[in-house]
Amino acid sequence: MSDTHAETVSFVRDTMLPSAPPPATQAGAVHWLRENLFAGPINTVLTIIGALIIWFLFSHYWDWFAHSVWNANSLSECRQIILETWGEGARGACFAVIRERWNQYVFGFYPPELYWRPTMAAGLLIVALVPVLFSSSLTIRRAVLAITAVVTLACMVALGSPAIWLGFTAVVMAGAIFASERNLSWLLPFSMLYPLMMIWFLWGGSAWGPIFILAGPVLGWVAWRLLAGRAPMIAVLAGILVTLLFWLFLSGPAAEDAQRLLPMGIEAVRSDRFGGFLLSVTIGVAGIAMSLPLGIVLALSRQSDMFLIKSLSVVFIEFIRGVPLITLLFVASLLLNYFLPPGTNFDIILRVIIMVTIFAAAYMAEVIRGGLAALPRGQYEAADALGLDYWKAQRLIILPQALKISIPGIVSTFIGMFKDTTLVTFVGLYDPLKSMSDAVRASIEWKGIYWEPYIFVGAIFFIICFAMSRYSMYLERRLQRDHK
Amino acid sequence: MKKSVFLGTVAAATMIAGMGMAQEGSTLSQVKERGELNCGVNTGLVGFAAPDANGNWAGFDVALCRAVAAAVLGDASKVKFVPTTGQTRFTAVSSGEVDVLARNSTWTYSRDTDLKLDFVGVNYYDGQGFMVNKELGVTSAKELDGATICIQTGTTTELNLADYFRANQMDYTPVNIDSNAEGEQQYMAGACDAYTTDASGLAATRAAFANPENHIILPEIISKEPLGPAVRHGDNNWGDIVRWTLNALIAAEEYGVTSRNIEELVRSSENPEVQRLLGTTDDLGAMMGLDAEWAKRAILANGNYGEIFAANIGEQTPIGLARGLNAQWTQGGLLYASPFR
Repeated sequence: MSDTHAETVSFVRDTMLPSAPPPATQAGAVHWLRENLFAGPINTVLTIIGALIIWFLFSHYWDWFAHSVWNANSLSECRQIILETWGEGARGACFAVIRERWNQYVFGFYPPELYWRPTMAAGLLIVALVPVLFSSSLTIRRAVLAITAVVTLACMVALGSPAIWLGFTAVVMAGAIFASERNLSWLLPFSMLYPLMMIWFLWGGSAWGPIFILAGPVLGWVAWRLLAGRAPMIAVLAGILVTLLFWLFLSGPAAEDAQRLLPMGIEAVRSDRFGGFLLSVTIGVAGIAMSLPLGIVLALSRQSDMFLIKSLSVVFIEFIRGVPLITLLFVASLLLNYFLPPGTNFDIILRVIIMVTIFAAAYMAEVIRGGLAALPRGQYEAADALGLDYWKAQRLIILPQALKISIPGIVSTFIGMFKDTTLVTFVGLYDPLKSMSDAVRASIEWKGIYWEPYIFVGAIFFIICFAMSRYSMYLERRLQRDHK
Repeated sequence: MKKSVFLGTVAAATMIAGMGMAQEGSTLSQVKERGELNCGVNTGLVGFAAPDANGNWAGFDVALCRAVAAAVLGDASKVKFVPTTGQTRFTAVSSGEVDVLARNSTWTYSRDTDLKLDFVGVNYYDGQGFMVNKELGVTSAKELDGATICIQTGTTTELNLADYFRANQMDYTPVNIDSNAEGEQQYMAGACDAYTTDASGLAATRAAFANPENHIILPEIISKEPLGPAVRHGDNNWGDIVRWTLNALIAAEEYGVTSRNIEELVRSSENPEVQRLLGTTDDLGAMMGLDAEWAKRAILANGNYGEIFAANIGEQTPIGLARGLNAQWTQGGLLYASPFR
């Protein structure tokens, strides 16, 4: 065959042509620019307008940022430094206020010798979250735990933590790293216990309080266990009742007696010492941790066939969603005082956390209901066909899918709630954005400073919220099961 | 059976509530039992009340709280400062969250009557003024016709401003602001020609400017703002304690009793008025359920009225307020403590 070819065709190329570079307009920066910025008349106009806006902002404010002063003890000192360095008429930012009041922004009025306690609580919080947030990736887990351990311990040493707590933290961190390498589920009991530990680390006081609070569910479990064989429904009710009664009537006096017999505790810190990001993060974390389960329960109740449960949850959700958060906060801080017997000491931060939680939970319930509604009916029927009871069907089939669908909405609610924590300023708590900044401005050294605290606090909020949003995107990618 | 249980519960709840009411009776015994005075203060106002970087409160209003705590509890540090906002301050008093409100609040008719508060005195006579840039060439508030004015919303100053301009048949454009810090910012940015608020606030604001000499505070004071401590309606003895603590501080200045010479005066003063004030003769404290030395402790806490003024907002401080109306009546001011007798 090839011979015939050789005779009929005068030339046959036996090597490939070297590939030529693409035309200049189809590759590299030019291509990217054409594709993204100048893809048509409208696009080009928008690009030019955008560039002009950026230039406008830059040309108006760059000198203010460029002349920033980071080392000064008062606004007038800042102005003096700017005048000396940049001459008459120059202006500049005075970020020295952040440097000087850093502790106040981070810890509020927490006693300085105890700064290590919130630091430790934050470090251990990450440890407690790791098995929940990063259960599937050993690499990420390893990095997160290692960085947390190093940073927490270093900060605690710098803040003068006592050796015993340093040792405690080191042991927990080492244990966490070990568990994360071997079997992550070993860490789950720590995650379950941690909320109580965190409360104790932050507020301090007698160790017996948390211990007896913990004893409540244990007693409830015992009651359930004793009755479970005979009447399961009554056993559940009895368990809950025993727990609640123990908490209401026995745990307080018992903790006091135990404290008298065997004093054991750390220095107590009152709620009015909380402020700044410590306050925001405390309220935010507590609200996030409690509003998700509460929201799930509400969403399921709203879909329930039982009339009473359904109507109660509808009323709750619609009422809470129909009322602004500030109203709820005012109710928590002012109205409750009229109803409670005088002299009752119902902690203001606790009240605010409760209100923020139920507010977020109402939104959460609707987000999750959206996820439940988005599931094809076949999934519910399949669960029934398998013979699963209601709880098993929810736990194994419905909720995992519904929650996955709802992730963007859930995280949006979290982010919104975290930002809403700044509203506590209206009930006299020191949130970082307004109250704390106003308190800083009320000192004669920093009176007249305006933008710098806002920029700083805004930047920190952005970092935290952006991290949450990136995490939710990571989670969505990880949980993606279809359309591969 | 079920009904009787229900009724029993109701009865028990009513009884408990009734006992609660009975306990509420005496603020003094509550404070003593608590070992701490709950004092409502501003969340932060230069010179009047502000926490420092460590959360220690200081200021002109704060000093009054400390004096009351010293008089009642014998320890000026036994105060829990409850920061209150403009919205929460009066509810905090009437709901019992605070025992005293010392938060530069103007004593007005409706607050005293309708809001069920008792203003027990005046610790600072303020008044609303204007600040303008010198370049404007204005020397009197009467020349502000047609000006744009930065004004904090929801305060008495807003109403005063409207009254003043209507009375003088002038026009103005309000620029509404939310806080003092925002007002300063707007004023400096040129969003308004004049900034109006209480004269003490204007002085503090001006002191913090980069070039205070470029701004003047106009001579007109267009309103009366008597700022004073307030307590709940209904517990007159507690009101007396706060009122006479304030009076003791004012009287101490009048009689020349300072925190420095007080120990000496206790021993050697021949003035019967001073002797009664300091509890060396006549046990005045017993009449309101305190001991004889209550006033002495109150004065020792931060000094007399003059010392408190000088330390927090006086001419030696950056705020630099003159005594003006807040001088003793013997010096041409309005401070006039009722006699201790």
